[in-house]
Amino acid sequence: MNLHMPVPDIDARTLAIVNELKGLEGPLLPILHEIQAEFGYVPEDCLPVIARELNLSRAEVHGVVTFYHDYRRHPAGRHVLKLCQAEACQSMGSDAVAAKVKALLGIDFHETTEDGAVTLEPVYCLGLCSTAPAAMLDGEVHGRLDDDAIADLVAEARR
Amino acid sequence: MSLVPEIDYGTPASRAEKMVTLTIDGRDITVPEGTSIMRASMEAGIQVPKLCATDMVDAFGSCRLCLVEIEGRNGTPASCTTPVAPGLKVHTQTSRLKDIRKGVMELYISDHPLDCLTCAANGDCELQDMAGAVGLRDVRYGYEGDNHVKARENGEANARWMPKDESNPYFTYDPSKCIVCSRCVRACEEVQGTFALTIEGRGFDSRVSPGMHENFLSSECVSCGACVQACPTATLTEKSVIEIGQPEHSVVTTCAYCGVGCSFKAEMRGEELVRMVPWKDGKANRGHSCVKGRFAYGYSTHKERILNPMIREKVSDPWREVTWEEAYAHVASEFRRIQYQYGREAIGGITSSRCTNEETFLVQKLIRAGFGNNNVDTCARVCHSPTGYGLGQTFGTSAGTQDFDSVEHSDVVVIIGANPTDGHPVFGSRLKKRLRQGAKLIVIDPRRTDIVRSPHIEAAYHLPLKPGTNVAVMTALAHVIVTEGLFDEKFIRERCDWSEFEDWAAFVADESHSPEAIEKYTGVKPEDIRGAARLFATGGNGAIYYGLGVTEHSQGSTTVMAIANLAMATGNIGRPGVGVNPLRGQNNVQGSCDMGSFPHELPGYRHVSDDATREIFEKMWGVKLSDEPGLRIPNMLDAAVDGSFKGIYIQGEDILQSDPDTKHVAAGLAAMECVVVQDLFLNETANYAHVFLPGSTFLEKDGTFTNAERRINRVRKVMTPRNGYGDWEITQKLAQAMGLDWNYTHPFEIMDEIAATTPSFALVSYDYLDKMGSVQWPCNEKTPLGSPIMHIDGFVRGKGKFIRTEYVATHERTGPRFPLLLTTGRILSQYNVGAQTRRTDNVVWHEEDRLEIHAHDAENRGIHDGDWVKLTSRSGDTTLRALITDRVAPGVVYTTFHHPTTQANVITTDFSDWATNCPEYKVTAVQVSPSNGPSDWQVEYDEQARQSRRIVAKLEAAE
Repeated sequence: MNLHMPVPDIDARTLAIVNELKGLEGPLLPILHEIQAEFGYVPEDCLPVIARELNLSRAEVHGVVTFYHDYRRHPAGRHVLKLCQAEACQSMGSDAVAAKVKALLGIDFHETTEDGAVTLEPVYCLGLCSTAPAAMLDGEVHGRLDDDAIADLVAEARR
Repeated sequence: MSLVPEIDYGTPASRAEKMVTLTIDGRDITVPEGTSIMRASMEAGIQVPKLCATDMVDAFGSCRLCLVEIEGRNGTPASCTTPVAPGLKVHTQTSRLKDIRKGVMELYISDHPLDCLTCAANGDCELQDMAGAVGLRDVRYGYEGDNHVKARENGEANARWMPKDESNPYFTYDPSKCIVCSRCVRACEEVQGTFALTIEGRGFDSRVSPGMHENFLSSECVSCGACVQACPTATLTEKSVIEIGQPEHSVVTTCAYCGVGCSFKAEMRGEELVRMVPWKDGKANRGHSCVKGRFAYGYSTHKERILNPMIREKVSDPWREVTWEEAYAHVASEFRRIQYQYGREAIGGITSSRCTNEETFLVQKLIRAGFGNNNVDTCARVCHSPTGYGLGQTFGTSAGTQDFDSVEHSDVVVIIGANPTDGHPVFGSRLKKRLRQGAKLIVIDPRRTDIVRSPHIEAAYHLPLKPGTNVAVMTALAHVIVTEGLFDEKFIRERCDWSEFEDWAAFVADESHSPEAIEKYTGVKPEDIRGAARLFATGGNGAIYYGLGVTEHSQGSTTVMAIANLAMATGNIGRPGVGVNPLRGQNNVQGSCDMGSFPHELPGYRHVSDDATREIFEKMWGVKLSDEPGLRIPNMLDAAVDGSFKGIYIQGEDILQSDPDTKHVAAGLAAMECVVVQDLFLNETANYAHVFLPGSTFLEKDGTFTNAERRINRVRKVMTPRNGYGDWEITQKLAQAMGLDWNYTHPFEIMDEIAATTPSFALVSYDYLDKMGSVQWPCNEKTPLGSPIMHIDGFVRGKGKFIRTEYVATHERTGPRFPLLLTTGRILSQYNVGAQTRRTDNVVWHEEDRLEIHAHDAENRGIHDGDWVKLTSRSGDTTLRALITDRVAPGVVYTTFHHPTTQANVITTDFSDWATNCPEYKVTAVQVSPSNGPSDWQVEYDEQARQSRRIVAKLEAAE
């Protein structure tokens, strides 16, 4: 179950973030990162505010947000587990790792467990090719995933 | 006849002067430096396959079809993004390239529907053409995998498939046919400058998205059509093409909406208009268009168009259809009777700024030679007559000084009382393009218009002055320039009268004209005026563009002079990128003025009292002409109310809706004995007419329009007039009925007469226009190629004249009863009184006039957004719905005047410009209060209009 909480004064909080960062060169990506940090995702309602303040069109901001997979359109679970699916990891069995993790969590990629604990996502290269197959849990990387490591990782994510 | 050919060179032309020679497929070709290899090839007649490139937008390099091989270089660079270099040896067709291209096309086609035979783009599809060009015979990938094409697959919905978006009334977006070349997105950004489109997602998920995954209508799209034009497939297609099919021939003609005067190709199937496509070689629009010219031509076949002449004895009678002969005979006998009974001066006429130069010339000729007086006026009376007067006094010509290309060289642009993105959209887009390249903008306007701030452009200064204080602000700008020594002394000494300058400089330098001193009545921050003045004087090429927000004031002429003063003082006259540029409202308002539509001027702005000029015409026309200036429109109406003016011939102008103080206009018309209206529709003025002559549209006749840059553009007949005759023929028949011996067989003969009598048109003829495309007057022995820029080496009048511009507050003031100032304007999708655009699908964007009011003023009055409000002035009252906005400052309200039911001109007063009588539409003191419905006047008016539009069925000829 994804928990959708009404976000209070989304405009005001967006505006505060935009005002803080709009002096940067190329401020859109940092603003979107900050918005995601603030709300846990990029709420659609933020986009017109960002567009107006940066003097961009709504379309342009929408184009950027949808281009990057890391900007979420919806809130994620409490933990985010990313499994690398790029070439080196594939050659070291990442497909099997993914199948196992999916079975353990009972969800597919881009889904969140019913208790809202874990969101599972693919990622295309964590830069850990030498320790493939690799994964990332809430920003922390894990390498050389074998069955035990996978079980530990899922257990940790479940907490 | 066939389609007018247009070559797509793939990338825009380079402006470099240095030339480069290279070899492409064994052929030597020399092109300007910076040209792409793709364009150079096309110029050599070698077409490199391409999909994402088109010459209306910059190269993008995404389709990978235009790859070439260059001797001595690695790989296969894209020819669109690779510039030419001296001595390159390029090969556009090698076996390696052929394989790559075929492979790319296979991928495209594997995710594209194969319904070519029933596709709307069949016959006009670049994807189809390229599949042919690369020799695609097979798609090895098949069509079964992931795709955007099929709505359902294996019994399940295909999540990638998106339904067709038909929200825009004029074109459809079919995502299943999209190849994601980004041409539409780039056209929206680079050409139109609206940025309404984007590519959402990435990789195989990429789709074109209007706004934030919205439909076209609810997105930021302004429906200019640039994306539709750019689309190489059927993804974006005109609904008219879907309905009718591909055109088989096309004719270049000129748009009949605003003063930009865009050139279009009318693409036809037989006599049916399939679509209007902006013509790339059009020098005013350079291949761009707006929603009106591109799409809003449906009025020409609207069911309310009147096709038969009609007569009635009294305006309370229903109309009776008659034959043309009966109508002409009736008008001729009535006009002659009135002149016999009330005197020669008792009749007059109004020429139309919507009609051609030739037609306008004929109407004024009919009045001067046939009626024997000078009672001729035109709608420029109510728009740009102060421009004519002000620029005539200071520079010596009654017209703008530049061509539209000039804006590409401007560094600082001042916009005063104009709203180019709505009123002159194609110029607005060209201006925005220049602003995105770095030019600075100063906007002087009570309202925060879109040009003040919209995606990627922002004015350096917006001076939100109180309506009616233009002169004070312009003089304060001059004050800063003079007192801070920012004027161009060299220019002034060479080109202007130095002693007049000194007098003017002493005047503006007075402390009472300082920004600080005028703040209390203009409401503009002094530091902003100072900043704007410094920017304009020192920022490089400074150009001033202005509109009716300047002229339609009691001091309209004074403001025009203040603008001219400012341009002269800063040396911004006589070269590209500078100048004083009135944005004329109507397609041919410049032309109608040129053609002698004013009561005091013969064609070419020569006063009627000038014996030599009169002699030219008297000799040509074989009659004696009056040397006394005739009546202006407001004088005609006054005289009608007084009982001395009894008959009027109005061609294509709706004075009842467009002229100020509606009740006075109605009273004037009601007092006349023969009101003849020639128009497409039973317009508001026709409610008071006795004779109605059905007019023709710009698609149904030959002629010329002269746009805001003095450009004489050809209008070409593409279909038979539905009413039977071009407007020029109707005027001629009327003249013949009145006993004049006119025998024009084609409008070119009229143009020959204009050229023979008017020095600034001396070399203009249809043959010459066909050869040149278009010319800007003066076009004579001295300037045979026309005059894109005027006053290059000296002013037409000799020395430029500085004139003191004392600010005199209008008599129209706010007070306890009327505490708010009303100003009026236009909106993008509608055109003036809306007679045409209201009869097209453009109404989806603007179905009624709204009153813009600031939240503060609304709250004080208990008004909510969308509420009915009553708008009251000293002249009258009307009701409309409120729109709460911060575009207007507190104390100012704004509305448009596109809909007759609103009756915005019931409110406006009869104050007018001191020099030219141009009405003060832009300032009316008003009160706004909550209301629950139409005012008594609106109800009464509606009833009267309904009654007066009744038509008795035409009687069949006796058996």
